Amino acid sequence: MKYSIGIDSGSTTTKGILYDGNEVVKQVMIPTSARPRQSIHQVYEELYMDQVKSVITTGYGRKLLPEADKAITEITCHGIGAAWLNPEIDSVIDIGGQDCKAIVLNEQKQVADFLMNDKCAAGTGRFVEMMMRLLEQPMDQLDAFVEGKEMIPINSMCTVFAESEIISLLAEEKDPGSIAMGVLHSICKRTAFFAQKLNISGTVFFTGGLTRSKVFTQILSEYLNQPVVTDDRAPFAGAIGAAVYGYNRGECI
Amino acid sequence: MELIKDLPEVFEDFAEQRKNSFLAVKKIKEAGKPVVGVFCTYLPQELPAAMGAAVVGLCSTSDETVADAEKDLPRNLCPLIKSSYGFAKTDKCPFFYFSDLIVGETTCDGKKKMYEYLGEFKPVYVMQLPNTQNEDGYEMYRKEIIRFKEKLEEHFQVEITEESIREAIHQKNEERKALKGLYQLMRLDPLPMKGSDLFHVLYGSTFKFDKEQTIAELKAIKQKVEKEYAEGKYLEKAPRILITGSPIGGGAFKVVNLIEENGGAVVAFENCTGAKSTEELVDEEEPDVYKALAERYLNIGCSCMSPNPNRFELLGKMIEEYKADAVIEVVLTACHTYNVETFGVKRFVTEQHGIPYMAVETDYSNGDVGQLNTRIAAFLEML
Repeated sequence: MKYSIGIDSGSTTTKGILYDGNEVVKQVMIPTSARPRQSIHQVYEELYMDQVKSVITTGYGRKLLPEADKAITEITCHGIGAAWLNPEIDSVIDIGGQDCKAIVLNEQKQVADFLMNDKCAAGTGRFVEMMMRLLEQPMDQLDAFVEGKEMIPINSMCTVFAESEIISLLAEEKDPGSIAMGVLHSICKRTAFFAQKLNISGTVFFTGGLTRSKVFTQILSEYLNQPVVTDDRAPFAGAIGAAVYGYNRGECI
Repeated sequence: MELIKDLPEVFEDFAEQRKNSFLAVKKIKEAGKPVVGVFCTYLPQELPAAMGAAVVGLCSTSDETVADAEKDLPRNLCPLIKSSYGFAKTDKCPFFYFSDLIVGETTCDGKKKMYEYLGEFKPVYVMQLPNTQNEDGYEMYRKEIIRFKEKLEEHFQVEITEESIREAIHQKNEERKALKGLYQLMRLDPLPMKGSDLFHVLYGSTFKFDKEQTIAELKAIKQKVEKEYAEGKYLEKAPRILITGSPIGGGAFKVVNLIEENGGAVVAFENCTGAKSTEELVDEEEPDVYKALAERYLNIGCSCMSPNPNRFELLGKMIEEYKADAVIEVVLTACHTYNVETFGVKRFVTEQHGIPYMAVETDYSNGDVGQLNTRIAAFLEML
């Protein structure tokens, strides 16, 4: 048996996948520390074994693992990983900790075009994190927190200004769940505007940490006006893509 | 007219390299040669050249003086405009400092409004540039060129004869041919040299004052590259990228470096620092020199023209000639005209030429290098 490792060193979390050419054998996710080199190494140590023939890294810290055979960008890896998780898809939207990507796949499920937002935290996972911290709620309680809530529109596009807008709303004693709902709508709307530049069509696969929120996925689909699918392993899409890429092109064949 | 010959008061504060540049321009001034500072490629350089002036480009490409400029100018303005204004205001650039006359044209909105303030503390003359390439536009620009000639004559107390303009046209055409001869080597596949190395020669040539020597040097470089190529010295095959968009150089050149660092080959520059200002020659047979200049210069396909068919024509021609695998457009932050045009350029490149296209918006700072690196690497992985 031969294996490949894929590691996605993201801004918030570092994800690792051990792949046997058929299935994901093991997955690891840890918070990315202020020294991403240590986090990426820790994930590598947890996954490595003798039969590993290929190690591919991706994400912002992709150049930080000397043991890696190759570093590939997260755009390519998310495309491969998403198509591996669901071969029926036509495009991918990834909302990461510090950026947002929209990817269009061709018929061979390779990246045909992509967009990446830059220099702004609005419309990224960081925005949701900041808001939940402000509202004193743990991230994993997001869906329960907004369930059945009306939404209060958040108008500021900038994370910093949105924060002061939220503080003003709290001072008016508005319902925190409705404020959170407003933030989710704001991000989904922004993401949909951003993605429409690419003529995203067909079935959209949603990746990144926010895929764990069913409410978020649902709202995103409404704004995109297209079916959005995801997977329990969608936060690992980048790492899966790296592992699959390495397995198919590396020593494993 | 007294030529500016003294060094700025803050001279001693400058780093060695900049001191050398100051001293080099000072030497020209001491030889009695006036310096005319120019911005855009629409300026007919033949006119100042005809009166024996050195012509220097003032479009600045470093974020060093952006903060100084932002005291007067808005933050969300193109970095080229802010940087240029900042260098003028702080006297940190030898070319600005020693320019006896600074000439701008009414190209983009940001630049023409900036010239209004620049004129308060520098000797500025602004040419009115039509924004459409039609019959009226050519006629108007012809008149503007004559007005500019008269301005030069009055400002420097000289006479510019048609004879001297013809000579200048011939020399400038020879320079264009030499530049073209060099960059057209990039049609070769595999490439004879790196796009970044080529660019530094093209860009550097605009800061040389002895045109005859520059022409000879360019020809010599071309011969050397050709000889080495014939001996089997060339680069490894790589995806061939054509660069288009806003002026590029200095701070924004990071895009070209990132393409090359990630395994791409930059084959050509359609920008105004590349083919845009060099590709077409002035008609030396035309009896009316002003008409010849007006036609050649107004033809330049900058996004400040509306509509802007010549940009698409040149771009299409270059995609074919340089066998480009993809086009990357560099747009300076808040450069509205190029930014708006990205939509049309993307359609043109992907639909009519069937190759991938990506636009990146950037400024002269290094804040976005990480992001740019990922985007450019992903784009090259896609090819």
